[in-house]
Amino acid sequence: MKLATAFLATALMATTAHAQEPIRIGFITTLTTPAAAIGNDMVDAVNLAIDHVGGEIAGHPIQVIFEDDGLQPELGRQKAEKLVRQEKVDVVSGFIWSNVLMAARRTVLDSDTFLISTNAGPSDLAGKLCSPDFFSLRGQNDVVPMALGQIMNERGVEKLYVMTPNYSAGTDMAAGVENTFEGEVVGRDFTKWGEDPQLDFSAELAKVGASGADALFAFYPGRAAIFARQFEQSGLADRVKLYTVYTFDQIALPTLQEAGIDVALGSVTVDYWSPDIDTPANVKFVEDFKERYGRLPSNYAAAAYDLIPYLKAAVEQSGGDIKDRDAVREALIRADYESVRGRYSLARNHFPIDNYRSLEIAPDANGAWSMRSDGLELAGLVDPYVDQCGNDS
Amino acid sequence: MTRSIPAEDGAKLTSAPARPRPATDCDLVAAFVILAALAVAPFALAAIGHDFWTDVILRAMILGIAAVSLNFIIGLGGLVSLGHAVFLGIGGYSVGILADLGIDNGPAQLGAALLFSAAFAWLTGMIALRTRGVHFIMITLAFAQMVYFTMMGLRQFGGDDGLTINYSTTFGPLDLGDKDVLYYVVLAVLGAAMLGFARVRRSDFGLLLKAAKGNERRVSAVGFNAYRYRLAAYVAAGTLCGLAGFLDANFTGFVTPSAMSWISSGELIFIVIVGGIASVSGPIAGALVFLLIEEWMGGLTVYWHFWFGLFLIAIILFARNGLVGLLNQRRPR
Amino acid sequence: MDTVLFVNQLLNGIQLGLILFLLAAGLSLVFGIMDFINLAHGVFYMLGAYICATVAIASGSFILGFVVALPAVLVLGLATEWLIVRHFYKRDHLDQVLVTFGLVLCADTAVKYLWGPQGLSVPLPAWLGGQVALGGITLPAYRLFIVAVAAVVALALWQVIARTRVGMMVRASASNEEMARALGIETRMIFALVFAIGAVLAGIGGIMVAPITGASIGMGNQIVILALVVIIIGGIGSIFGAFVAAIGVGLIDTLGRAYLPSILGAVFSPSVASSAGPALASILIYLTMTLVLVFRPSGLFPPANR
Repeated sequence: MKLATAFLATALMATTAHAQEPIRIGFITTLTTPAAAIGNDMVDAVNLAIDHVGGEIAGHPIQVIFEDDGLQPELGRQKAEKLVRQEKVDVVSGFIWSNVLMAARRTVLDSDTFLISTNAGPSDLAGKLCSPDFFSLRGQNDVVPMALGQIMNERGVEKLYVMTPNYSAGTDMAAGVENTFEGEVVGRDFTKWGEDPQLDFSAELAKVGASGADALFAFYPGRAAIFARQFEQSGLADRVKLYTVYTFDQIALPTLQEAGIDVALGSVTVDYWSPDIDTPANVKFVEDFKERYGRLPSNYAAAAYDLIPYLKAAVEQSGGDIKDRDAVREALIRADYESVRGRYSLARNHFPIDNYRSLEIAPDANGAWSMRSDGLELAGLVDPYVDQCGNDS
Repeated sequence: MTRSIPAEDGAKLTSAPARPRPATDCDLVAAFVILAALAVAPFALAAIGHDFWTDVILRAMILGIAAVSLNFIIGLGGLVSLGHAVFLGIGGYSVGILADLGIDNGPAQLGAALLFSAAFAWLTGMIALRTRGVHFIMITLAFAQMVYFTMMGLRQFGGDDGLTINYSTTFGPLDLGDKDVLYYVVLAVLGAAMLGFARVRRSDFGLLLKAAKGNERRVSAVGFNAYRYRLAAYVAAGTLCGLAGFLDANFTGFVTPSAMSWISSGELIFIVIVGGIASVSGPIAGALVFLLIEEWMGGLTVYWHFWFGLFLIAIILFARNGLVGLLNQRRPR
Repeated sequence: MDTVLFVNQLLNGIQLGLILFLLAAGLSLVFGIMDFINLAHGVFYMLGAYICATVAIASGSFILGFVVALPAVLVLGLATEWLIVRHFYKRDHLDQVLVTFGLVLCADTAVKYLWGPQGLSVPLPAWLGGQVALGGITLPAYRLFIVAVAAVVALALWQVIARTRVGMMVRASASNEEMARALGIETRMIFALVFAIGAVLAGIGGIMVAPITGASIGMGNQIVILALVVIIIGGIGSIFGAFVAAIGVGLIDTLGRAYLPSILGAVFSPSVASSAGPALASILIYLTMTLVLVFRPSGLFPPANR
């Protein structure tokens, strides 16, 4: 990773004739383990965004240092320490995983560095541990399943079984869906996650079958193929409808299609963004991403892409000096830029207030599996933790 | 060089340089050189603008304390524990859970860390020390795994995600949250632990442990109860490792069950062996090598674990007494 | 209690147990006969899964993947034995643990280099992907397939060890190596053979789970610890002991995960119970091993002549 960064830095230095000190961004994501596919998608998106903004912010070259968290909170914390102390970055960003973000939080915030999550949205950071210097580019964890819970109500789901991994985002997801779902929750399993995750769900799926549930809510980020394959083998698909969040996405769907795991088709998910959103920024992002990398970007990539124009707008609107932290903070709160999702505003805990659309997995015009909006839309959902947050604005 | 000393009880035990050494031993010289270098390292690194490496060294010193404590069991007692890292976790969670309950009083946290580590070592040691060889390896692993899974299952203390410590430990004016203060506190503890190890190694207690390692029956025949000596060593080692866990929690502000996994315990064994088993300077030398290789090679290639694995195999094949053993190699044995 | 669910969970537990047995059998033989602790045993589990997955993806046939992977793992097992492992039979356990730990690092990184960090998903033929109805109970066909294959392997292994000439030589080398050599048995060959067969058994285990959990880096590292627990409970060197202990551990783990959360739920809040339940199941496994070590240190079914 260092090599790539150094290369990028020298390339940029050459063009700007090293007139200006670079703006340094530390980006923590997962570049090893099976979740590396997500991390690579984010890295690609950030690199694309840097090219799109001309490689500079207010005349300062952008320098990104990518670090791998290996899916481990402690490793993520060490990397944050290194970024802050050795690389002396201005912003620490990235974070697929809520537990990694929670572990790195204090290290970053204590050193007066901005912390911007492009994916993870743990409940504590939205509530009692919220901070003026923390910002998110994606809704708080609970909000997505909260939207899905409402969609289940609309679709007449009566008995729901909940399965999530046992870590901070998993419990947030379960809490979110149970918050808005009005039917009966007939069962709940939290499976082991972390360095030795439970990957065989036979015992849990047997319980789903016996519980009489007519729908299963699942959250298995980066593990879509394994989960879907076992759901298919269990034979539950005829009786139990599958609802997922952060699981079947543009990264997973080609794999699922290739492996012929048909149970994914017809399952329902919900998201704030999808590749077909018709804003100029999104069209440019999706087209160029497809052209450069030969695949569709995922929602992880979309939020990671947004980071660069977001920062550029905030720094340039506040006078061009990222060290002027109060002014930059004010500008970040205004979020006055063209996001790929369109315009949005922030809640007091600095999480975006988004609109969510119900999406069904179905083949597109070319036969490739993708997400199709089924017309249901939920606007302006705010997470339930914002009242515990002590931020001024 | 490559023969193991056959032990009598049917179990294979570690072979190590067992006889007392002359006072001019390279090992002790190396220990003092390393400690002196560690004392000036922060200034030197700050002067050349690399103060991040101070953190790496601090982490190595904390691991070094844990490795010194393991050396009491492996080096002197000849008992291989694959669960020693559990004490890092017990010490760490003592800080974390008390801080979570709003108690940031230094003596209380330190007392809890030492007390729980000692009590756990005593309780499990009483059972584990009745076994030998691979059974000891497995039973210590079992005890560690039980604590590991307990903390994994307790979501109110973070479960799998770990527990962030929001307040640093204070002893009156001494704030362990201050990195400079912590550095020299850790260095002092490390120095004391190494000195303690050197003294115990030459004491009757240490000689008895080593004698029991070689031949337990002979020790019992002369009227000593090897079990009680081993238990004492085990409790001392556990408590010292708990202290390392206490310091680590203050350093990282974060405790996680994975600190107690068998992989962490394996790393501690690795540090002791690479450094040089039963030596005074070995554990800290091993810890420094371990972390510096990790940081340095990790920055060069994502495939660094491959070379690390080869390095490990080479050490086991060719340098049986570790790095410190290389220092002493030319001396007549 | 819901019987259909219970039967389902029993099958799940037995299936996990049989996979554990495939790993533990080789580990136990190598440990029992050569007195060698092999932490790198899980490497062959991983390699089996990866080789099978690669062939299955390229050819579209899982069965072909299975057939190709077995000799490949056999060769890799022989190579590992010849290059590294045989130098460590006479060394102490600590050296063995560390050298095999080093091997694990090398192998995991090599797999990452060759196959990338993301892991592979293994396609299954349609006839294995569905369900089978047995007396009113619907069971996943692939789970039954695993049970059948593993049971056949276990039976064959037992027959080979107990009935054949090679098995007799293995048993002779195990109980007294020097005597066996004096009687003209080529113990070095026997050792290499035992190690390679252990590797193949582990490889079969990896191939079997690959269509369920996929092939991923380090997939063997945690399960090898569980396999060590199995052979300690069963008795080092005993195939029968490994079999019984593996099934037992598989059942404790699966039934614990299935029923402990609801049992705990009677006392604690649902969220505490559903988090603590799976952890308690794992604790029970280690508790069982501790009790065995304390009361029957040589395991439940120690081999007769040790």
